[in-house]
Amino acid sequence: MAELDVVELSRLQFALTALYHFLFVPLTLGLSVLLAVMESVYVMTGRAIWREMTKFWGTLFGINFAMGVATGITMEFQFGTNWAYYSHYVGDIFGAPLAIEGLMAFFLEATFIGLFFFGWNRLSRLGHLVVTWLVAIGSNLSALWILIANAWMQNPVGATFNPATMRMEVSSFFDVLFNPVAQAKFVHTVSAGYVTGAVFVLSIGAFYLLRGRHREIARRSITVAASFGLASALSVVVLGDESGYTAGLNQKMKIAAIEAMWETETPPAGFTLFGFPDRATETTRFEIHVPWVLGLIATRSIDEPVEGIKDLVATAERRIRNGLTGYKDLERLRAERAQAVPPEMQEPIHDLGYALLLKRWRPDIGNATDEQVHQAALSTVPDVSVLFWSFRFMVGLGFYFILLFALAFYLASRRELERRWFLRLALCSLPLPWIAAELGWIVAEYGRQPWIIDGVLPTFLGASSEPIGDIWFSLIGFVLFYSTLAVIDVYLLVKYIGLGPKQPAAPASNRLAPATGDD
Amino acid sequence: MPPIDYASLRLLWWAFLGLLLIGFAVTDGFDLGAALLQPFIARTDSEKRMLLNAIGPVWEGNQVWFILGGGAAFAAWPPLYAVSFSGFYLAMFLVLAALILRPVAITFRSKLQGAGWRRGWDWAFFVSGLVPALVFGIAFGNLFLGVPFRFDETLRVAYEGGLFGLLNPWALLCGLVSVAMLAMHGGNWVALKTEGALARRAGAAASWAAMALVALFSLAGLWLAIGIDGYVIQGSIDRMGPSYPLNKSVLRAAGAWLDTYGTHPWTMAAPAIAYLGAGASLALHRAVRSLPAFLASGISVAGIVATAGISLFPFLLPSSIDPRSSLTVWDASSSPATLFIMLVATVIFLPIVILYTGWVFRVMRGPVTAEAVEREEDTLY
Repeated sequence: MAELDVVELSRLQFALTALYHFLFVPLTLGLSVLLAVMESVYVMTGRAIWREMTKFWGTLFGINFAMGVATGITMEFQFGTNWAYYSHYVGDIFGAPLAIEGLMAFFLEATFIGLFFFGWNRLSRLGHLVVTWLVAIGSNLSALWILIANAWMQNPVGATFNPATMRMEVSSFFDVLFNPVAQAKFVHTVSAGYVTGAVFVLSIGAFYLLRGRHREIARRSITVAASFGLASALSVVVLGDESGYTAGLNQKMKIAAIEAMWETETPPAGFTLFGFPDRATETTRFEIHVPWVLGLIATRSIDEPVEGIKDLVATAERRIRNGLTGYKDLERLRAERAQAVPPEMQEPIHDLGYALLLKRWRPDIGNATDEQVHQAALSTVPDVSVLFWSFRFMVGLGFYFILLFALAFYLASRRELERRWFLRLALCSLPLPWIAAELGWIVAEYGRQPWIIDGVLPTFLGASSEPIGDIWFSLIGFVLFYSTLAVIDVYLLVKYIGLGPKQPAAPASNRLAPATGDD
Repeated sequence: MPPIDYASLRLLWWAFLGLLLIGFAVTDGFDLGAALLQPFIARTDSEKRMLLNAIGPVWEGNQVWFILGGGAAFAAWPPLYAVSFSGFYLAMFLVLAALILRPVAITFRSKLQGAGWRRGWDWAFFVSGLVPALVFGIAFGNLFLGVPFRFDETLRVAYEGGLFGLLNPWALLCGLVSVAMLAMHGGNWVALKTEGALARRAGAAASWAAMALVALFSLAGLWLAIGIDGYVIQGSIDRMGPSYPLNKSVLRAAGAWLDTYGTHPWTMAAPAIAYLGAGASLALHRAVRSLPAFLASGISVAGIVATAGISLFPFLLPSSIDPRSSLTVWDASSSPATLFIMLVATVIFLPIVILYTGWVFRVMRGPVTAEAVEREEDTLY
């Protein structure tokens, strides 16, 4: 294991660039909506302070947005550069939502972002507000299409294998579009973005109040963030639970790994609050077990079992053998130049992906030994400890955000925001939503391993056949380049937060009276 | 089954891919051109800011044409997306690095006052325009030579070439055609959108670039006709057949890249438009802030991209080491169902995109003046 191969390097590069990209995305999602809300208040009340707020948060939004766009380009092209076989194998299905994302969402967002910054004096107030909302809608739609694509990797519905083209092809675009995993993931992810935006505004607002600066803008910003954040934090946890339910339907192994549940329990299964999973002995030490909870989350019932890892490995072994039958059928179909899979062969070929797991052990998988089949079945278990802990930290943070925003909401409604202990707490909470979001992706994608598309294509087969030197070059290049940009980005954000909002312009420039008192 | 036959869908998607590339070259092309001209035409800080703000409100939307081109290639031509991006791995990495640098350079440069800070981002901005302009041209050039790749039976692709193999004289000539083309178009845009000395220098640069373009484009055409073997599909190919490239056989033949112009003479309109546009751009630029000159260079850009696509037709990406692995319009597409769904999505959304993009350009019409960048120190780039 000392030397990394092409697949591992490509995975590392994808993970790093994706996690890095997602440092900027959630803030774009959340802040765009918050900007639209603030500007709506400006347009409805005519109070100039809300315009200044929109412009100030808009500047920070712009700095973040540039980084989000810059790092997003890498994502769109990395499937082709580093995952060429993946791109060939599932491009027929996976490419469509990505292309529609560009057509329907990213165009909208990127075209109107220019007007958001430069259109203040060229558009009516209502016109500019519409532009801001279009940017927010564009970003959120963008997330929808990307998550439809991602959900298909988790739950590859609506597609069948075509022996004539040696790839998966769409059989029902409707199923791809209305994939239940996509629905759950979308709402969970954008809510997480809203939480991020709200925590960002809350923390920086708290920073100003602690310093006694820009109090009018800070108090109003916190109030908006508190209510928006509370709703979002509730939604992120509730809909995260929905994600758990849909994953329970199709990614049983992921759920079992998250729970470090080695054996199938008598229903309803309990939830392991704490413990140390040990893969070697297939046990979890020092467990603290809460009865019933997992069964309820994963099956929405008290009598359906949640399968444990050992049983799922046995299932995987069965599917590998079934897939091997499919593999042999496929060789015959190829020899006959068949254009489609006859009905009696569909079931074994459906498990072709499981047979392909054996390619790690031998190229001629038709001759695999029982031992190799067993090894391949064991390889379907993801890294239990990483998932177990990532999930628990993420969920813990989710509940913390509910408390934080509930507190902010309570204090704001009693007009007691300026309590120093609360402001300090809010300020210290700034990095937490990013940690939660990154952990969420680790659970979702690391938990998908060893599959690049669950049950269809193993990750190690998806990679390009690239010279390893090239991948080292790009990986090191990305790390250096991204690290430099991260330093510059944070420096600039800190600088602009330090500068703070511009003082509201002289009353003469406003058509309506400037703000007074609490509004 | 979709109501349009597979062959027509493929042809339509070939045209759409071309349309997206043209959209990218015509819109984001002027952003790239403005960036690569920046050190030569913008001297003072105020001029540099005028140039940045001339593209400021629109470059982001323009860039989506490129993103969408990538997405559409993925959805409609998966093998093309897979082979080209992984085959040109290091070249793609250079383009990506440049395109990552660009939003940051544009957005961050004028946010702080320091001279070193601004100088650094000015360099980054220049590089972010030059590198993609050059690499896209070089990559296109290599398509005509064929790319050293082959498929195995499962359509896993292997390459026998690297970054330096791309840097041959012919491809470098194509790189220069691309740089001259975008410099012409970017110069016209800056001339249109700014004032004073900057606009004059931009207009002059556009004229020089247009002349260089005519010369380089002619040279490339001549070279293609006599110096480079084209690819031809041997025998017939089933245009409705499955997208499995290894079913056909392919030959190399001298001058074959010009075959389409012989069989379909109307396609000669593409190179004709390329020349006419460049000539018109040259003739029209003398008037200050000439919208017609900019439109003319846009038409020329469209003509050049179309010329490249039509010359290659029906090939998308020929293979130099295993010609039957070559990707063509007839055996490298998505399934009919996906092509049809994507067609519907495009027919609905692309006109909407063009409409609101037009509206944004209209709202932001008029030149960026030196006074404006002074006055709006905080909000402009």
